[in-house]
Amino acid sequence: MRPWLALLRPGDWLVMLAGLAAVGASAPLLWRSGVAELAVVKRDGRVVAELPLTAPRKLDVVGPLGTTVIEVRPGRARVARDPGPRQYCVLQGWLTRPNAIAICAPNHVSLQLAGPRGEGGGYDSLNY
Amino acid sequence: MTASTTEPGAAAGREHPSRRGIPSPPLGDISPPPGRGAGGGGDSAIDLEVTPADRRVARYAAAAIVLTIAEAAIPSPLPGVKPGLANIVTLIVLWRHGWREAAWVTGLRVLAGSLLVGQFLAPGFWLSLTGALLSLAVLGVAHRLPRGLFGPVSHSVLAAFAHIAGQLVLVRLWLVPHDGVFHLVPIFAGAALLFGIVNGLIAAKLLEEK
Repeated sequence: MRPWLALLRPGDWLVMLAGLAAVGASAPLLWRSGVAELAVVKRDGRVVAELPLTAPRKLDVVGPLGTTVIEVRPGRARVARDPGPRQYCVLQGWLTRPNAIAICAPNHVSLQLAGPRGEGGGYDSLNY
Repeated sequence: MTASTTEPGAAAGREHPSRRGIPSPPLGDISPPPGRGAGGGGDSAIDLEVTPADRRVARYAAAAIVLTIAEAAIPSPLPGVKPGLANIVTLIVLWRHGWREAAWVTGLRVLAGSLLVGQFLAPGFWLSLTGALLSLAVLGVAHRLPRGLFGPVSHSVLAAFAHIAGQLVLVRLWLVPHDGVFHLVPIFAGAALLFGIVNGLIAAKLLEEK
């Protein structure tokens, strides 16, 4: 190991550290999957509303148990309030990734994010 | 038509009327047969002078091509992730003989390597050409850095990152027109860092030995 380390010059360490920093900075890309652009709200499986994730907005959806409140902010969306007993869809918090979904089953409401329409929007995986 | 001059027809026609497709009588009768040089006493018309630099470039390029082919046999978990051993040769040439020769060696390696592997003009060829051009551009800057501070490892890491950046851009624009490609950036960047360091160390070791 030592003879190899001797081959490194001071600047080499700098370049390697910068490279490591670049790799580290790019790491989140691996987990992020594109940009969500649309919040699709469904009741009983039928689309109630498609809200663009560009402007803040609130939407009330009435289901069998009561009113589910969907909240949209630029780039994200969540179920703000739901009459369901266990509150799973509310506890999920903000959804940011395409195809992420929050289902309020008791009240028959679901909120799903969609990626860009058109180009590549229809893929849920890439293969070669 | 024998009008193979590179000049426009007008100028050529004025000076060499015989070259405009009309064979002039004396040329056909007395002069040496066509195909030989006009003033050549039996020598070939094309006389290439081979300089020591040419021989050197050829030798290094041959070594790089061998490494390319050897590497093509190594299975890769992901297209685009491979050690790039041939770049060790580029690094050595850059260090010893400067950027021009390094560019020659790399260009010949990309061309001949792709021909031998059967990838010529296929996507793989364009990818390695793009990567090679971009890393050569970066090396053109990097090899001006003070050598006491920045050795072959610096060159190698910088070139590796340039290589993969160029390829990713080409892939995004042409092969996979979807931003999903960029999910793989961390893997490619990590591979570039790892193989950049390894190749740089090997090049530095080889340079030290001689």
